[in-house]
Amino acid sequence: MPEILDQARTQVLGDGVGLDEAGVLAVLNLPDEHLPAALQLAHDVRMRWCGPEVEVEGIVSLKTGGCPEDCHFCSQSGLFTSPVRSVWLDIPSLVEAAKQTAKTGATEFCIVAAVRGPDDRLMKQMREGVAAIKAEVDIQVAASLGMLSQEQVDDLVDMGVHRYNHNLETCRSYFPNVVTTHSWEERWETLRMVRDSGMEVCCGGILGLGETVEQRAEFAAQLAELNPHEVPLNFLNPRPGTPLGDRPVVEGKDALRAIAAFRLAMPRTILRYAGGREITLGDLGTRDGLLGGINAVIVGNYLTTLGRPATADLDLLDELKMPVKALSATL
Amino acid sequence: MTTTELWCDRCGDPVPAGTAHPGCASARALEPPRYCHHCRRRMKVQVLPVGWSAVCVEHGEIRG
Ligand code: SF4
Ligand SMILES: [Zn+2]
Ligand SMILES: [Zn+2]
Repeated sequence: MPEILDQARTQVLGDGVGLDEAGVLAVLNLPDEHLPAALQLAHDVRMRWCGPEVEVEGIVSLKTGGCPEDCHFCSQSGLFTSPVRSVWLDIPSLVEAAKQTAKTGATEFCIVAAVRGPDDRLMKQMREGVAAIKAEVDIQVAASLGMLSQEQVDDLVDMGVHRYNHNLETCRSYFPNVVTTHSWEERWETLRMVRDSGMEVCCGGILGLGETVEQRAEFAAQLAELNPHEVPLNFLNPRPGTPLGDRPVVEGKDALRAIAAFRLAMPRTILRYAGGREITLGDLGTRDGLLGGINAVIVGNYLTTLGRPATADLDLLDELKMPVKALSATL
Repeated sequence: MTTTELWCDRCGDPVPAGTAHPGCASARALEPPRYCHHCRRRMKVQVLPVGWSAVCVEHGEIRG
């Protein structure tokens, strides 16, 4: 057994204290033959510190495309030649999407907008939309609307949005290679306000943007410092027309190593499989991840791309004897 | 519009009627269409948790 896994067994599994940056790097550099042991340990850590439940979430795009920012992985930036056009979802369709999501047994419904930050029109849509969902659907509402002002944070709390997603996307040292229209620190500032408001913080990122293994470890350590309630892990799905459109996808074993390493850095967080898992890991990858530290999934489609049918994930959870986290348990 | 040449609904390049670009066809398993197959206009596409809709101003809405 490699020394880092022995150390993690005592420190992370035993004491619930996450690995530091050097420890995460050692896990990310483990040779293939030790990957099964790393995944097993990450799974044991998840079972001990989070339990067997899996949190199921659906997401929907309230405002798609036409974003003024230049995140190089994103097909929704209006600055690239991506074929994604700007479109708004109306409130009846938003409520219908929440109903469809709730039908899968999901307890979380995240409303997302492709914006730098919300304007008055978007905040008004949110207020109407969240109220309409709460009146008709039994589900918790989360939001992801970019960078916020303090007033907007307060408004979202007032609407009853219980969790806010704002991804740091990648480590601080690599961020300027991926985004030039705003800074990592500006994102951090929004996260700080969200945290102070009492909303749950959801913050993760995308692997495979061209960052080094060292920078992946740096990112895990920075997320651990933030200590978010939830960390969504995406793997780059290279989008036509974006600056990262020709990048290779993350190799399956590297993706699994990252899942184990991020779990060992953050033993108690909700670690969610988000976009790109189908491309990077195929159907089998969902199983491997759920047995390697993941304890939450996005079911159904993503914002601009499609996912596996929700039933495929739910059947798998059933087979793995991992109960879907119930609404009452999360309230 | 001719009946012998249409447009790939993923990349917008021409495709002979009744055929598809192999790479685009496999990618489409996990993506909605982006270009109108008939006229190559970029469509307004809304992805939903279950399904999607795509609208061409000229040729109307399709759903999947
Ligand atoms: S801010 Fe969000 S929607 Fe806009 S380009 Fe960046 S990732 Fe895409
Ligand atoms: Zn094509
Ligand atoms: Zn058309």
